[in-house]
Amino acid sequence: MNMSAKATPPVAISVRDLHKSFGPIEVLKGISIDAHEGEVISILGSSGSGKSTLLRCINMLEVPDSGSIAVAGETIRLKAAGGGKSRPADQKQVDRIRSELGMVFQSFNLWSHKTVLENVIEAPVHVLKRPRKEAINEAEALLAKVGIADKRNHYPAHLSGGQQQRAAIARALAMRPKAMLFDEPTSALDPELVGEVLRVMRGLAEEGRTMLVVTHEMGFARDVSSRVVFLHKGAIKEEGAPQDVFTHSKSERFRQFISN
Amino acid sequence: MDIAFATETLVSLLSALPLTLELAVTAIALGAVLAVALALARLSGILVLNWFARLYVFVFRGTPLLVQIFLIYYGLSQFGAVRHSIFWPVLREPYWCAVLALLLNTAAYASEIIRGGLLSVPHGQVEAARACGMPRFMIFRRIVMPLAIRQALPGYGNEMIAMVKATSLASIITLMEITGVAAKIISETYRVIEVFVVAGAIYLAINFLLTRLIAFVEYQLSPHQRQPLPVSGRLKGETH
Repeated sequence: MNMSAKATPPVAISVRDLHKSFGPIEVLKGISIDAHEGEVISILGSSGSGKSTLLRCINMLEVPDSGSIAVAGETIRLKAAGGGKSRPADQKQVDRIRSELGMVFQSFNLWSHKTVLENVIEAPVHVLKRPRKEAINEAEALLAKVGIADKRNHYPAHLSGGQQQRAAIARALAMRPKAMLFDEPTSALDPELVGEVLRVMRGLAEEGRTMLVVTHEMGFARDVSSRVVFLHKGAIKEEGAPQDVFTHSKSERFRQFISN
Repeated sequence: MDIAFATETLVSLLSALPLTLELAVTAIALGAVLAVALALARLSGILVLNWFARLYVFVFRGTPLLVQIFLIYYGLSQFGAVRHSIFWPVLREPYWCAVLALLLNTAAYASEIIRGGLLSVPHGQVEAARACGMPRFMIFRRIVMPLAIRQALPGYGNEMIAMVKATSLASIITLMEITGVAAKIISETYRVIEVFVVAGAIYLAINFLLTRLIAFVEYQLSPHQRQPLPVSGRLKGETH
């Protein structure tokens, strides 16, 4: 038993048969994914394929209509809300699980009235109730790690997009998350700023962090991720190790997608 | 203009300054609490609350403050139920009738100002707070309110200035605040110009200080909207 546990690390995030509709449009048509600890999963797909919705369902920023999400083995309890919709049965549980997942957004979403350092310590101090001093020390180490230690007293408006996104990554890391969710982290950046963010993400992957990355960066998906999932019209059309799917894909649609 | 008389008038009118300030501060402070409640009711998504807040704002913004003061001071006492209620000791006092009218009135205007501030908070910043596991009230207190207040402050400043001036209407229901005292001096001396010029100057001075105070608070609350200060000693030697 110990042998097999060593062979496959435990599941960090488990998504089972996820369905989600917005009005008449069915965005997710029964998605299942298991992310094991230490895995980096790139989620690819054209716009409208449901990849962002999938990611946002994992921390309940969108509530799935049916199906289940489990984080570190704990299933998020949902209850029926009428009209085929669901809602969380226990908001406290959702808040706690959210605090165990670090999320990085396409548009950074740093709190504009707080400095970079205040952004990073906000949730550790107020949600996790860590001592302020300890949170500051950890935050400064994280800011150094993402390369913006000198910007700690700046406000987000005074930083470039790449610096803001690295600050947002530090903010997510400060929660000591069990897994990280990246929602198109480089899509809002100028081309010359993409590299600095990708380098930070690559570093995190090499540390063995569990990451789910919705991205359009084919290089990152190919070189950094341990698994690639391709979504098309709300369903998984292709899944596997990057060297397999990028070289001999079974899906015609995926070959078209990567050829552009 | 008779300087000696104007000085004498100034001294008399300044004795009424505390009452004017008391009326304004009480009405603005209590009105702000009601205004936040009304703004939240408008944005609650609960139909009954939304329509109550809409109706409230419609009525109190759509009728003259003077009419509201008269209705509360003279009107309420017509009802036996009011006279025999526990509120009567308060409602028979002209002071509290004036405070009540002013606060109900300012709450209507301020709720719309606050609602605008709340709507200006970028959704992404709220979402980031949710994604960190912050409970709803914490998000409201630590993220939404600070951002909304910064946005609402210029508009709210106007409303506060309007309230300071509106306290002059309390003289109609026998309160001897600045305008009440001014009217009394005029009825005794028939020297309209001197008295009202001095009274006007006092209001102007109050509002000058109020404007500076609001500008100071606005400055303190918006470091993120200013250019960064020149590199401080702490950051010296670091590359940019």
